[in-house]
Amino acid sequence: MRTSLILRIGTKLVLPFILLFALYVQFHGEYGPGGGFQAGVITAGMVILVGITFGLGAAKRIAPPGLVRAMVPLGVLIYAGTGVLGLLLGKNFLDYSVLSASDPAHGRGLGIFMVESGVLVTVSGTMTALFYAFVERGR
Amino acid sequence: MQAVQGFLDHYNYVVTIFLMVAGLYIVIARGNMVKKLIGLSIFQTSVYLLYIEPGKILGGTAPIIDPAFTVYSNPLPHVLILTAIVVGVATLALGLALVVRIHEAYGTIEEDEIFEKDGDT
Amino acid sequence: MSSVQAHLPALQVVLPLLGSLFAGFVRREATGFALALAVSWTAAVISAVLLWQVLQGGPISYHLGGWPPPWGIEYRIDLLNAFVLLLVAWVGAVTMPFARRSVAFEVDEGRQGWFYCMYLLCLTGLLGITVTGDAFNAFVFLEISSLSTYVLIALGRDRRALLSAFQYLIMGTIGATFYVIGVGFLYLVTGSLNMVDIAQRLGSVPLEQTRAVAVAVAFLTVGISLKLALFPLHVWLPNAYAYAPSLATAFLAGTATKVAVYLLVRFFAVILAGSPAFGPLQLADVLLVLSIAAMFVASAIAVFETNLKRMLAYSSLAQIGYITLGIGIANQAGLTGAIVHLFNHAIMKAALFLVLGAVFYRIGSVKLHDLAGIGPKMPLTMAAFAVAGFALIGTPGTSGFVSKWYLAVGAFGHSGWLLVLLIVASSLIAVVYVGRVVEVVWFRPPSPLAETAREVPPSMLVPILVLAGATIWFGIDTRLTADLAGKAAAMLLAAVR
Repeated sequence: MRTSLILRIGTKLVLPFILLFALYVQFHGEYGPGGGFQAGVITAGMVILVGITFGLGAAKRIAPPGLVRAMVPLGVLIYAGTGVLGLLLGKNFLDYSVLSASDPAHGRGLGIFMVESGVLVTVSGTMTALFYAFVERGR
Repeated sequence: MQAVQGFLDHYNYVVTIFLMVAGLYIVIARGNMVKKLIGLSIFQTSVYLLYIEPGKILGGTAPIIDPAFTVYSNPLPHVLILTAIVVGVATLALGLALVVRIHEAYGTIEEDEIFEKDGDT
Repeated sequence: MSSVQAHLPALQVVLPLLGSLFAGFVRREATGFALALAVSWTAAVISAVLLWQVLQGGPISYHLGGWPPPWGIEYRIDLLNAFVLLLVAWVGAVTMPFARRSVAFEVDEGRQGWFYCMYLLCLTGLLGITVTGDAFNAFVFLEISSLSTYVLIALGRDRRALLSAFQYLIMGTIGATFYVIGVGFLYLVTGSLNMVDIAQRLGSVPLEQTRAVAVAVAFLTVGISLKLALFPLHVWLPNAYAYAPSLATAFLAGTATKVAVYLLVRFFAVILAGSPAFGPLQLADVLLVLSIAAMFVASAIAVFETNLKRMLAYSSLAQIGYITLGIGIANQAGLTGAIVHLFNHAIMKAALFLVLGAVFYRIGSVKLHDLAGIGPKMPLTMAAFAVAGFALIGTPGTSGFVSKWYLAVGAFGHSGWLLVLLIVASSLIAVVYVGRVVEVVWFRPPSPLAETAREVPPSMLVPILVLAGATIWFGIDTRLTADLAGKAAAMLLAAVR
């Protein structure tokens, strides 16, 4: 089944901007509304848009199911791993201030950055995996 | 008149309570499993409002420290509710996944029809 | 070593979480089982060390991220939750060796890896609820454990497992949402989410005058009661237990409802500290009535149930009634009885459900008539069933007697002979449903299915025997259970002024 030309060209045009906006939301989350959750959903939205317009095969080429399924626990592992890093460096679990030797505030910023990237990985993976799971059903 | 005034002054709570009751009613009264999940979502959404409304402080700005401002809104409810939203999404997704599997196993998602098919329980 | 010891409260939760993530990452049955076994036993050891630390040095407070309470999340462990941690972790650890064969038999090939992932996630949630001192954090852990529980139930092969998982999802989510509403009202009143801090801030407010607190208490009580399956909010439980994989049932029956009971006790102690009669809502009376109804109605249903898993599920409802009865009585002996019974019932129910899992492994059925005459074929397993069944009744020499004794003493102190008579009478119903099974299993001619049965392999037999042995051990040696529970009860009551 081929969808209309306008839809296909339009999707291709808009894709890079969706991804760019997701990254903006991710990295600007410290100063404005945003963060890993939102960015993850937007990223997954891009995959879902590809899936709807070009079919499941195309979506799976840019986000292979194996990778997507691995992303779900991987992101939480990044989060928990950041927390454990605090433990290993001699402070409490999730204490990021030790991540920077000189400035605790900088360490906390770094820790939150790592946690947010973990959230991005998990949320985008989960949303995409949900999409795949529901679409593949009944085929 | 005073009663009306009090009602209007607390319109945010009225909306919250309406959503809460409406959602819970749908969960209880509807036999269709997808509708039940929709009701459940509405019910959960009302709780998001319950938390977030008091977090806004009149005249307060976004809680990013800046010498130009002295009054900030409370960011904690937003963080809590972000967590609750994620929990809600997870619940909804799991519920819908179960409904899909139930439809495959029973051929229907109406509760009374399913109970008929499982006559022995 | 000492550096590790300071972080045990966090590790108690983080290790199962990491284990579950790795199990989800690998998704292979063998690796999952190895991880689950290793993590369960590590968690059990950690819980024992934590209890020892609490006994030595009093309550432990652990500040997540180094932020002090009430701003940061505090993990606070006192005698009560150290005891519950011990229970949850050890039930998980002892039942785990049983999983390998049972799960391979009862769960579809491609899903076994997920079973261990979800099991560990559920363990994370339950331990988290117990360890945390933050009301909202408890909600998150509650949902972590609930969501993984729904999946565990849906992994059962019977299609009704899906239906019961869905029903539990609806009920459980309503319960959890009620809980959040309650916490929300407390937050609106006090501006704090830390339980100790909430108690302090509420301390000066007379409860009768704060409608918001009364609303909060009502929502919290109903929400948590849904989770702990207090009669009449129990309808999700029998089917969920009946169609879940056997190991999941044994684990959940031993831990999930118990943790919910713990949460209820914790909130009563926190919020109602200023009000011995449980505030303007007369909650103590409500609890008493509902508990007694549960003890009789659920036991009576159990008598007529022919699916043994459902029978034990209804029996669980009745036993939860005993526990909430003790909470409603709220004197030293009654509360001790509630906490001891929480522990003892978890062990005996885990043993009973494991026996049914073993029977199902051999003959593929848990219907009463299929079990006729299976006793001589599986003597050790069925002896364990009898022992744990007698504990359920409250026979002297078993752990059930100890907890019911305390409950009866508390009940007598509360309102005289009437309550004691009710406890004894409802125990007599337990004689009927346990006795019926024991009679059919040992004294009937074998059914065609039972004819083929053999004793289960050691990896399944040992957990059953250990748990059954524990019901006798804790019936004789009450130093761990009753003494600790007594201290915990005294601590809770001391907070009530």
